[in-house]
Amino acid sequence: MRPRLLGPALALALGASPAFAATIEVTIDKLVFSPASVQAKVGDTIEWTNKDILAHTATVKGGWDVMIPAKSKGKVTLKTAGAVDYFCRFHPNMKGHVEVAP
Amino acid sequence: MFMRPTAALAALLLMSTAPLALAAEKPTDPQIAHIAYTAGAIDIEAAKLAIEKSKNKEIVDFAKDMERDHEAVNKQALDLVKKLKVTPEDNDTSKALAKAAKEERAKLATLKGAEFDKAYIENEVAYHKQVNGALETLLIPSASNAELKRLLVTGLKIFQGHEQHAEHVAGMLK
Repeated sequence: MRPRLLGPALALALGASPAFAATIEVTIDKLVFSPASVQAKVGDTIEWTNKDILAHTATVKGGWDVMIPAKSKGKVTLKTAGAVDYFCRFHPNMKGHVEVAP
Repeated sequence: MFMRPTAALAALLLMSTAPLALAAEKPTDPQIAHIAYTAGAIDIEAAKLAIEKSKNKEIVDFAKDMERDHEAVNKQALDLVKKLKVTPEDNDTSKALAKAAKEERAKLATLKGAEFDKAYIENEVAYHKQVNGALETLLIPSASNAELKRLLVTGLKIFQGHEQHAEHVAGMLK
């Protein structure tokens, strides 16, 4: 409870404080992002865990491009608000969606 | 005993788009492993040719995806047969696949530019369709080892993605 009460003041003082940033987990299994759609806030991190034997990416056209090697992880810290669709450059059928609140 | 079903599959594979009927007699695991590995190696060869010959970014990117994925799957297949102490066994289906691929490569080698790109990607669509059909109707149902079956199921999921990707790229060239 305490961090929530302190939140607004600290956020004002420090901008997006890492103390309040969440990590959102997305799993990749058999060429599927799961959950396919997530909600986040500016400053949050999305971390993909790739269970496949293949390398993947999480790529936004004109935006971030995260490499996620086989049996490994990749992450991005969200810097701008808005809804974005992302996909895997190597397997364009793989699609995901992130809604980033300010 | 195993010659008949694989010969039948070989004949079907040569007819390319013919639907693959479930053979009465199944290929064995060592034969299935050989067929799956051969099918992957063929696509890697085709990809290398495309990377070397094509000047179209979409084609080269697609070919690099094929090379990367099929190498990853084939490495997994080799690790698995080693672990299971299975020796992949050459068979009529593998031979038919290799023969058809050799002919396709020879044909592609004579083409240039946009003609090459079109022929390569159309063959990728047809080839993935064919191999996915064989996986679905014959290889996966015939596999007796659970780990081999699981790898084939994963492979099918990957290769179905390749088929759609190839269709997309083929559509872009038109």
